[in-house]
Amino acid sequence: MTALIEQGTLLLGDEAIAQAALDAGLSGAYGYPGTPSTEIIEYIQKAPEALAGNVHREWSANEKTAMEEALGMSYCGLRSMVTMKHVGLNVASDAFVNSAITGVNGGMLVVVADDPSMHSSQNEQDSRYYARFAHVPLLEPASQQEAYDMTYAAFKMSEELALPVMLRLTTRLAHSRAEVRRQPVLPKGKVVFPTNKRQFILLPANARRNYVALLDKQVRLRSLSLESTWNESYDGTDKSCGIIVAGVAFNYLKEIYGGTQFPHPVVRVSQYPVPGEMITRLARECDELLVIEEGYPFIEEMLRGIVDMGLKVRGRLSGALPRTGELSPDSVGAALGFDTAAHFSVPDVVAMRPPSLCKGCPHTDSYLFLNKALENRAMSRVFSDIGCYTLGALPPFDAINSCVDMGASITMAKGAADAGVRPVVAVIGDSTFTHSGITGLLDAIYENSPITVLILDNEATAMTGAQDSIATGRLERLVLGLGVDPEHFHVVTPLKNQHEKNVEVLERELAHEGTSVIISKRVCIQATKRNRG
Amino acid sequence: MKCDLIIAGVGGQGIISIAAVLAQAAIDARLYVKQSEIHGMAQRGGAVHSHLRLSSNPIASDIIPLKSADMILSVEPMEALRYLPYLSREGWAIANATPFENIGNYPSMDTIRAAYDALPRHILFDADALAKELGSPRSMNMAMLGAASHFVEMPPEALAKAIHARFISKGERIAELNVTIFHAGREVAKKATEKSMA
Repeated sequence: MTALIEQGTLLLGDEAIAQAALDAGLSGAYGYPGTPSTEIIEYIQKAPEALAGNVHREWSANEKTAMEEALGMSYCGLRSMVTMKHVGLNVASDAFVNSAITGVNGGMLVVVADDPSMHSSQNEQDSRYYARFAHVPLLEPASQQEAYDMTYAAFKMSEELALPVMLRLTTRLAHSRAEVRRQPVLPKGKVVFPTNKRQFILLPANARRNYVALLDKQVRLRSLSLESTWNESYDGTDKSCGIIVAGVAFNYLKEIYGGTQFPHPVVRVSQYPVPGEMITRLARECDELLVIEEGYPFIEEMLRGIVDMGLKVRGRLSGALPRTGELSPDSVGAALGFDTAAHFSVPDVVAMRPPSLCKGCPHTDSYLFLNKALENRAMSRVFSDIGCYTLGALPPFDAINSCVDMGASITMAKGAADAGVRPVVAVIGDSTFTHSGITGLLDAIYENSPITVLILDNEATAMTGAQDSIATGRLERLVLGLGVDPEHFHVVTPLKNQHEKNVEVLERELAHEGTSVIISKRVCIQATKRNRG
Repeated sequence: MKCDLIIAGVGGQGIISIAAVLAQAAIDARLYVKQSEIHGMAQRGGAVHSHLRLSSNPIASDIIPLKSADMILSVEPMEALRYLPYLSREGWAIANATPFENIGNYPSMDTIRAAYDALPRHILFDADALAKELGSPRSMNMAMLGAASHFVEMPPEALAKAIHARFISKGERIAELNVTIFHAGREVAKKATEKSMA
């Protein structure tokens, strides 16, 4: 064991989680890149102790495979962690919900980074609902140090409860740096299989037993929440209003009052299930409650219930706080009656500056030949996907008609072809294809659906910072192996001097009454820059 | 000591380097630091900003409240203006005068200058030209950091040390060049304030 490190290190919330997991004896980190969670595994990939200790740290194909790989490691008695963005948990939810039914052997931490305000996402769903849905405990840090401390403690908690533990953070903490102090490094575990041989075999007879045991554990989870030092009550003399605060909103409350000398009684919730008795006590002594939580009105909805019991509750549902988006010291201040009007306003000359494809990006050339081939075809539709190439929706391209979820390009294109629309194109990136596009392409091949799938292969998971793509070096073989007709399979290079040729290839395949795949292959300009150093 | 800065620019212009240098120097000086930044989609040529908070007391919020930033530091002239509601009444707006025009409706420099002239405390100077003149056009952000440093209660040597440490992997010459450009930027701010006081 090493001594406590005195001077802290400046770490992102994400990095604090990574360091804490390594210090807590982690054997494997699993995940798929997704803002704002990506930096957790990136940090582990660069950490010398992960290399020295052979900690698993490669990216997985998607969040579901990652979750199952982490569960497999936990089955063997080792500590594992799986990381993802909030919508990634939708992909992993089958494995996640069932991992609560099997329970764990080695400690398993599920880290989910939510993105309120949708800085880089399609929705702002709140993962606390998932933890409740699966009946597992959830920790929600407000600071980088808490992100560290909670992660460090979570593995032991997971082992003691024999349940996966979820850690939920939000963008603002994930991507903000502060000094973090570390705890002693713990040794990694050794392979020990579960003593109960039926634990992981969810045949209905076993699953029913496990589910009852899971429900029985809820009593213990609730008492742990009450005992938790991360759930705190603060006295306050002004009982006209009691405050319930969760997540990074606690920081804003402290900002407004200059510390923790709050005028009102406050209950801070950071370990779930919600500590019911603490909140009941607050409700009894105060005239009304103000709920300040980052994300959906999760606690507020629980307090309101269905039957009006006369409890006065303010929060995101009542309109005291904005219903959508991230909170800020200003929105919290306004809910507490502070004047937050600014001194200076944004001058009219300031124009919007949306993101755009990088100069020299291969997607630009791909969209140019796609648009050319579809010129004067008013009934054509282009279904696209999640990645940098979603920017093809913006001028000057206006090239795509949809972006819904990972992999939805191919499957929605198939649905449109089934509806009789011609021609139909799916535009998907290489990493998104291996994440969730393959199964959709199998559907199309099975029925020989008349769609043209354009895979933009830039040999990287570019949007999240050009991480390695699992497809690199094997995409052609992969696609052909799925059963695409080799006569309707092409690899083209998206470059200006190939434009005419690429238009021709695409036009030919648009006319084909069956499934075609064109890989448009040129490496991401950011990855090229990075590799050059 | 308390200094809240919004650092602004366009994705890829190097604002994270500015924030990282300031934050590291502050940690070395045993100050509290919080630095919030933007990753993901907006990095692709969109408007980006970072909240940087330095203080001798613990810092609660990762985001600076409105009307309380001591400075808006921008590597691009239009981008500083986007965050003016954060600026305190006594705060400084310090910006690079070279526009980054990747949008069709970029405003004229005259209208941008007029917006600066309406602010009580501002410095608008061509950091691109300064960095180019000193031999490293890519170090424009260090010229901006230099200008900002004139208003940050921290010894310039500590910042110079943090800059050197950040760039030493690219060689001694590049590291020294960045420090030189930092000092040149600092001189610009010093002269500008002397002039406004005169």
